[in-house]
Amino acid sequence: MGQFMIRRILYAVVTLFILSLTIFTVVRLTGDPVTLLAEPGARAEDLDRVRTEWGLDRPWPVQYLAFVKNVFTGDLGKSFNYQMPVSTLYFQRLPNSLELALAATLISFFIGIPAGIISAVRVNSWWDSFGKIVALLGLSIPGFWLGLVMILTFSVWLRWLPTSGQGSWQHLIMPAVALGWYFAASLLRLTRSSMLEVLRSEYVKLARLKGLPGYVVLAVHAFKNALIPVLTLAGVNLVVMINAAVIIEVIFAWPGIGRLLYEGIFQRDFPLVQGIVMEAGIMIVLVNLIVDLLYAYIDPRIRLTK
Amino acid sequence: MVSTIDETSVTAVAVAPREFASVGGRSIRWARQLPVLPLAILVPFVFMALFADFIAPYDPTEPIPGAKIFEPPFWMQGGSVHALLGTDFQSRDVLSRLIFGARVSLIVGVTGTIVAGGIGTAMGILAGYLGGWVDQVIMRLTDAWLALPGLVFAIFLATMVGPSMWNIVIILGLVYWTRYARVIRGEVLSLREREYVKLAEIAGGSRTRVILRHILPNVMNSTMVLASLTIGVVIIAEASLSFLGVGVPPPEPAWGSMLADGRSMLMVGDWWLTVFPGLGILLVVLATQLLGDWLRVRLDPQLRNM
Repeated sequence: MGQFMIRRILYAVVTLFILSLTIFTVVRLTGDPVTLLAEPGARAEDLDRVRTEWGLDRPWPVQYLAFVKNVFTGDLGKSFNYQMPVSTLYFQRLPNSLELALAATLISFFIGIPAGIISAVRVNSWWDSFGKIVALLGLSIPGFWLGLVMILTFSVWLRWLPTSGQGSWQHLIMPAVALGWYFAASLLRLTRSSMLEVLRSEYVKLARLKGLPGYVVLAVHAFKNALIPVLTLAGVNLVVMINAAVIIEVIFAWPGIGRLLYEGIFQRDFPLVQGIVMEAGIMIVLVNLIVDLLYAYIDPRIRLTK
Repeated sequence: MVSTIDETSVTAVAVAPREFASVGGRSIRWARQLPVLPLAILVPFVFMALFADFIAPYDPTEPIPGAKIFEPPFWMQGGSVHALLGTDFQSRDVLSRLIFGARVSLIVGVTGTIVAGGIGTAMGILAGYLGGWVDQVIMRLTDAWLALPGLVFAIFLATMVGPSMWNIVIILGLVYWTRYARVIRGEVLSLREREYVKLAEIAGGSRTRVILRHILPNVMNSTMVLASLTIGVVIIAEASLSFLGVGVPPPEPAWGSMLADGRSMLMVGDWWLTVFPGLGILLVVLATQLLGDWLRVRLDPQLRNM
């Protein structure tokens, strides 16, 4: 276990190193960051001042080391527009994004898991075909378009729900469905294949042979074991939703991290964009690391074979 | 990824040779198994994209002379047969913009997928065949790039590089190559151990020759299957970037930017500005998914569960 942990942590560190190097390089390859930092039409001496202020007159390796050092100490730079540290802004918005992501996860559970189980239990039946259609639409309907159509239907025509903003559960429901939609499809497919695999296993056969009623076999023996990969995917999805719900948050004026990123793009607030991307990367790498370590802890096969 | 493979179509393919053996030639068998539904959707869109200049009634970037802004489709009150699907905020013809938008979506979808597939396949072959430190470097790079949600990474790159259609193609290629690299590497690892590859090496074939003559042709099926999965993702990603204003720049008619333009009129109930471009995306992506499922069964039954 010790060896596996060390190797896995080492991988995570290397991943973060490459990620930071990529972000750093992209920012500098695509033009002089000073022109992004300064007001448009700034004079040459102003540009020089900004360059010194941000340390952009130093050689690249020195700049990179400074960047990494800052990231390690939790300093992701200062937003140009807000005049605040990016990490402060990020963590201010985090609870809002988390609220939306949790609601979306719940919705994807409600659609994905029951449909996946029915598809697996009644494989090749009408139910299964229905599940396939749902999964196919989940991938084909862009979540943001679903959001727009829902606004049109439920806010503009039926006047049931508020169009945007945050506050009550009525505000939460449309963005959560729009965001959870895609993930419901992926949960459905995983639940189905995971259930199919478990239902074919020896211990489920044994449970049937010893005469347990069908629903007990399904609920106690099959579902519990089929749920492990499903919950893992949901956990990873949650982190992705927190960081990547850009368009949904824009459409519904939801004050989360995605909208912060959007504001960063529009106001050419380049330290903000860079900081959020880095922060998102760190979070996802950490969650993946934790999931892998937990898996290895639960399942000896993983830590012994890899 | 998709695993919405139709079990009935699997059996259909398995049964087909016997069934059609008496009917005759290979071409007939091939024709009988053509994926009718996806082609029926896709062919009109491809036709529209190819001949947009001849089909579209108006210039998509110029206002219709004499038309009002936000005219509804012709069957609604206030609509006219001059602009069949209505006009947008600059009194441009929605239908013409939709037709030219198909061109943008399909060009970006196809070329973006080719770029991603090209980079990913090359990287996967290099990592799998050469092994050692090359493998390590490429795989760690893959891990790092996979750590960022595709859309966030694409937004970051697009913000830094600046919007243009071909920039978007390259950006989406750079974002989505990692899936290919992982799968192809795995395949090459097992191909490398095959007798005929070993014999080619012993016979004195250079690495380049072995890769081009013996490895590449054998991974092309997987590349094609992955491509069929990527194309929908790329089309939605392009629409998302254009929606956020960092994709294909105006006045170029992209479905994503049409959705963004229509958003301001959503509250008034001008549904045609939102519904039609979204339906375009939905239908094209749905068709590519179905086509991908069909291709997967034909090319490689082992990839079915991806």
